[in-house]
Amino acid sequence: MTEPTEESVRSEVRAWLEANWSPDLGLVEWRNKLVDSGWGAPHWPKQWYGRDLPVKFNTIVDDEFARIGAVGVAKAGIRTLAAATILAHGTDFHKEKFLRRILTGEDTWCQLFSEPGSGSDMAGAVTRADRQGNKWVINGQKVWTTSAHKAHWGLLLARANWDVPKHKGLAYFILDMKQPGVQVHPLKQMNYHASFNQVFFTDAIVEPEFLVSDVGDGWTVATTTLMHERRGADALRSWAVGSDRKGRIYDEERAEIATTMEPYKWYPQRAGRVDLVMERAKETGKINDPVIRQEIARLLILSKSAEWTARRARAAQEQGKPQGPEGSLGKLVSSHIARQAARVHTYISGSDALLTGEDGAMNGVIAEILVSVPATSIAGGTDEIQRNIISERVLKMPKEPSVDTNKPFKDVPRNVVAG
Amino acid sequence: MRFSFTPEQDEFRATLRRALEARSPTKEVRRLMATEAGFDPDAWKKLNQELGLTGLHIPEAYGGQGFGFGELGIVLEEMGRALLCAPFFSTAALATTAILNAGTEEQKKALLPSIAAGETTATFAFSESDGGNDASSVSTTATPSGSTYRLDGTKSFVIDGHTADLIVVLARRPGSKGEEGLSFFTVAGNAPGVDRRQLKTMDETRKLARIAFKSAEARLLGEANAGAAPFARTIQQALVCLANEMVGGADRLREDALEYVKMRMQFGRSIASFQTTKNKAADMLVDVELAKSAAYYAAAALDEGDEDLPAVASLAKACASEAYLQTAIHAVQMHGGIGFTWDNDTHLWFKRAKSSEILFGDANEHREKMMQHWTH
Repeated sequence: MTEPTEESVRSEVRAWLEANWSPDLGLVEWRNKLVDSGWGAPHWPKQWYGRDLPVKFNTIVDDEFARIGAVGVAKAGIRTLAAATILAHGTDFHKEKFLRRILTGEDTWCQLFSEPGSGSDMAGAVTRADRQGNKWVINGQKVWTTSAHKAHWGLLLARANWDVPKHKGLAYFILDMKQPGVQVHPLKQMNYHASFNQVFFTDAIVEPEFLVSDVGDGWTVATTTLMHERRGADALRSWAVGSDRKGRIYDEERAEIATTMEPYKWYPQRAGRVDLVMERAKETGKINDPVIRQEIARLLILSKSAEWTARRARAAQEQGKPQGPEGSLGKLVSSHIARQAARVHTYISGSDALLTGEDGAMNGVIAEILVSVPATSIAGGTDEIQRNIISERVLKMPKEPSVDTNKPFKDVPRNVVAG
Repeated sequence: MRFSFTPEQDEFRATLRRALEARSPTKEVRRLMATEAGFDPDAWKKLNQELGLTGLHIPEAYGGQGFGFGELGIVLEEMGRALLCAPFFSTAALATTAILNAGTEEQKKALLPSIAAGETTATFAFSESDGGNDASSVSTTATPSGSTYRLDGTKSFVIDGHTADLIVVLARRPGSKGEEGLSFFTVAGNAPGVDRRQLKTMDETRKLARIAFKSAEARLLGEANAGAAPFARTIQQALVCLANEMVGGADRLREDALEYVKMRMQFGRSIASFQTTKNKAADMLVDVELAKSAAYYAAAALDEGDEDLPAVASLAKACASEAYLQTAIHAVQMHGGIGFTWDNDTHLWFKRAKSSEILFGDANEHREKMMQHWTH
């Protein structure tokens, strides 16, 4: 067999699309065709709905889809993390049962990792997984669970052994969310939205074949999920937009995107809306205030230099250079930008920043910025954790002496969670 | 826009870094900064000629190598890192760019080859006693006298002004104001009527001079009364050059402070294991990397003729001003008591950070300039 080249991949996918694509198909019907052909996830293995192509060819395949407006497989949300984790660690049973319906978008997933008592210290999870006969019984609470109320399946990290150190006692399960022992309650945020949920387990059941890791290896599997989450973080944050084309399949895709993106609709405000600053400063006349000009300039310098830093990291990667420090700073810098943007929007709006909703500046958008920005420096790893990661991994500084990694988890002091 | 260095540029940087580490250890910096000239003419000539430094960005037609601001930026960054005591910034980043911007073809052919060859040092005298960096602060006058001119007035804050062989001077037609009537001139450093006094500088590694012209004979450089545009261009280029020099110094300070805290033990453990130290080190990395991105972008913007250059040059300078000084403040703090002593090297860069922060306008001034460009 000859090695695939850019040209061969392009002509092959083009020919297949020309023969099969039709906007009049149903979304799931079309995606099943994609799954069968392997063009929905060309970098996946052949026996699991892919074509074993190197990942670098994905952009060519995407280009060809975009060229004729063909819809792709379901990519948004936690389902992609589920797929990556199952491909890396799942059994054939898991792959058979879940992968196709992930790609078709029929199943929705959620991630059950964070707990009220363990945010940054995720390996300190205390949700219990106890064996009863050959089943697992789950009790405890998870939090910050996006789309839990819609999810069919959950990726669950729970403690199965309390007599070993914290990283060694975890197990990784796939949990059926539609069962009586699972209760989902929305978690209202300081900005009025409720994008996340609290999930309570009361004797929820996991059948034995739904264990993904060996008991004790749950942390290793969770690391795979988290790695893909970090890698995809920018994609998750970017705004998915449906095609404006006409046709049944586009209507169905737009509805899917609207549902998936619903929890993220305040995310642009969370990042500070730097894009609105100049326009707002001009329309309020504050552009002529020398003090505010200085603050705006500080913001623009931050946001431009951050953008150029990201471009440097990408350019170095494209050249095949080893990753430099510039690639690890984006998350922390985005917090600085968001905070400075909130400061600037406050100065620009003045007393209008006291009001919200339809009474507020820009029909409440400015107020939403001011009360959403605090999430930026917390979600996905706090600024403090980011600084530790930078100092330990990039600058090779020593870790703080650890007090909990070598003793049985049952002896580790932990939070008392109100029940 | 270019966002990465080519393998050849990386190799060039590595060669320079090795050379400067060997030729400009801090012992040598301390020796030279205590001299009146501020550099060793023979050693500088040798280093310059070996590496072809002052000819780097001079076009081949004028005896140089024809590289751009990308390469000049690399040289300046490495010199900022090594705190090299040499009249490079004055000669290459100021006088050469001024001659390239203002001079006629004939004048470039006459003046630049000896600069490229490392035989002539030069500087650009534009600021006066108020230290301003704009056309309106120029009061030195140039009066026609036969085929030459007579300069009268006093320039100040002139980098390497007390030693430069050739001085490019910005002066005005008597009675003119603002951007009108400005012209560039060249004067020999040792010409009659040129009284040069070295100023006592806080940053001893960057020498400044006050130069009084009393009917000193000068030659017009380029077109008479058309100096405003080439002056603005020269200042923008100087800002980009300085920003690149500054990020080199900031990165060196950051690395030295990091190395020190990793070695320093208190309370039975390395102080680099305390989160308060680690957080500071992470913040320093962020500051320096963002400032580097801005400085590199500005150099690329110069090479690629970006029309946003006036804003980008000011942005890079403002960003570097804050990053370098903040890094220097953190670096002293991370060293603790020893960081405040003369024998520890941190203060050498701290003072360079301070002088660079102010030179050609501080961060407030350049934030405002950037806003002016982006709002009109």
